[in-house]
Amino acid sequence: MANLATREAYGKALVELGKENKNIVVLDADLSKSTKTVDFAKVFPERFFNVGIAEADLVGTAAGLATCGKIPFASTFAMFAAGRAFEQIRNSVCYPKLNVKIAATHAGLTVGEDGASHQSVEDIALMRSIPNMTVICPADDVETMAAIKAASEYYGPVYIRLGRSSVPTINDRPDYKFEIGKAVLLREGKDVSIFATGIMVSEALKAAEELQNEGIEAEVINIHTIKPIDEDAIVNSVKKTKAAVTCEEHNIIGGLGSAVCEVLAEKCPAPVKRVGIKDTFGESGKPAELLKKYGLTKDDIIKAVKEAIASK
Amino acid sequence: MNRDINKLKEIAVEVRKNIIKMLTESQSGHPGGSLSAVEILTSLYFSEMRVDPKNPKWEDRDRFILSKGHAAPVLYAVLAEKGFFDKSELMTLRKIDSNLQGHPSIKNTPGVDMSTGSLGQGLSVANGMALAAKLDNKDYRVYILLGDGELEEGQVWEAAMTAAHYKLDNVTAFVDFNGLQIDGPCTQVMNVTPIAEKFRAFGWNVIEIDGHDYNQIFDAIDKAKATKGMPTVIVAKTIKGKGVSFMENQVGWHGTAPNKEQCEQALQELGGAING
Ligand SMILES: Cc1ncc(C[n+]2csc(CCOP(=O)(O)OP(=O)(O)O)c2C)c(N)n1
Ligand SMILES: [Mg+2]
Repeated sequence: MANLATREAYGKALVELGKENKNIVVLDADLSKSTKTVDFAKVFPERFFNVGIAEADLVGTAAGLATCGKIPFASTFAMFAAGRAFEQIRNSVCYPKLNVKIAATHAGLTVGEDGASHQSVEDIALMRSIPNMTVICPADDVETMAAIKAASEYYGPVYIRLGRSSVPTINDRPDYKFEIGKAVLLREGKDVSIFATGIMVSEALKAAEELQNEGIEAEVINIHTIKPIDEDAIVNSVKKTKAAVTCEEHNIIGGLGSAVCEVLAEKCPAPVKRVGIKDTFGESGKPAELLKKYGLTKDDIIKAVKEAIASK
Repeated sequence: MNRDINKLKEIAVEVRKNIIKMLTESQSGHPGGSLSAVEILTSLYFSEMRVDPKNPKWEDRDRFILSKGHAAPVLYAVLAEKGFFDKSELMTLRKIDSNLQGHPSIKNTPGVDMSTGSLGQGLSVANGMALAAKLDNKDYRVYILLGDGELEEGQVWEAAMTAAHYKLDNVTAFVDFNGLQIDGPCTQVMNVTPIAEKFRAFGWNVIEIDGHDYNQIFDAIDKAKATKGMPTVIVAKTIKGKGVSFMENQVGWHGTAPNKEQCEQALQELGGAING
């Protein structure tokens, strides 16, 4: 199995897109080596703009380019994109429904050693609460490549959440298809529905594997698009399993867990357990240590599954 | 306060060595911008600021904000040297459960006056502290260190206006003018120069110095304290990576930790580097 960070795939996808479409422009805020927009900058220097350490300006400039028919991909760390430039994204991108793509890297705890100031565990909540915004959180490199392409072909604001650390490739199969807003069924099961996004999808698969040995059949669904969320996929699965677990590298408030609960509460009430960061800030440490300490491993998912099933 | 420059130079060597050791141990972090600020921080903590390591939250203390929070290693090394916590803790930098977070955290580390790491936010906070001093009739001073790349953040200039507008003569800002940021030299990524003229236009008292020269630093601090009715910025020309030959002026050493061999070499070079 390959191991690649989703930000690495983002850099590659940008170069491919740049060759196909000369309207693709890329902006960064002094983090191009980390976000991997440097790959694009090397091949298309005239279509790359570094605004310096100025995230509000980054988003506003992208908005201006979009009003003139360009397709800007603006990148920085998730903390500084969704966080620092929140209101520019809301008022200069989403309100006028401009064709700006915010590709935010270093999301979640797996930023690692930089610590809490750089670990965005709120960005999904922030971005999904803005009208007109689409929110995508790819699970691996294959999905990132597909998501970036799909985002470029869709007209309107898109927030794409990417990670710093390597993740296993799970979507490398011939029948893999990416469609914005369409969840991907990765494993069928009748006892519980596990909805996962981003780097937690591979953990969910590992959990399901292990649960099988204990006689629990877990359905695993990859919710790569958190907004618009695939309501049918969620409702249909839970109608069958009668219990749900959500998994995300994000605060359990406002992210995937909340989005799934919103759908189920209105359309198919069922017990739900949320695996995620429990309304706390992260800290410095190695990514794997942090995932363990903050309850984001397959073992945490297994525990949540059992609790969800017990409360059916 | 004691301005024994030979003593300060010895402390600076110790601080630089600890920066290198910490970063080698953590295998992650920012050497360049830590090394460029050693003289500024040692001047402040060992010869200027009114602080008490035994009482880090003392209400009347002078404050320091490391607005360029990624230079946390220099702050930690200085705070440890000053006795805010045990030096053995330095080797826990950036490790899980450590008090020494990747970026300064007020909740974790004694002596840290403000959590930072997201660039551009520190000067506003410094203004808040300075306004509180005026409200409470206290004479503590507020010091802050900004990066030159950091000056690209718009909030810095909002705060620059505020400081001048409210005549915050108890604020002294240092700019670590090392000429480099992450993606390259500041002049190429996003030109921030001329820095002095910008601050002057914003109503600040501006002093330009060599940021590795203790005499110039003290002279500037004295002038800042004597200046009434306006804030002072000390634009300190520095060398990113100062003191380690292979790191000096190298953009690549912004956020890369040295390996064991590089650590050895750096420590060797630093061993006798108390001239200059
Ligand atoms: C708001 C924000 N944007 C981006 C970053 C990432 N970042 C960390 S250090 C740095 C470059 C800083 O350059 P400078 O201020 O010149 O610092 P120095 O050269 O003294 O290290 C950047 C862009 C950040 N920490 N905060
Ligand atoms: Mg600099």
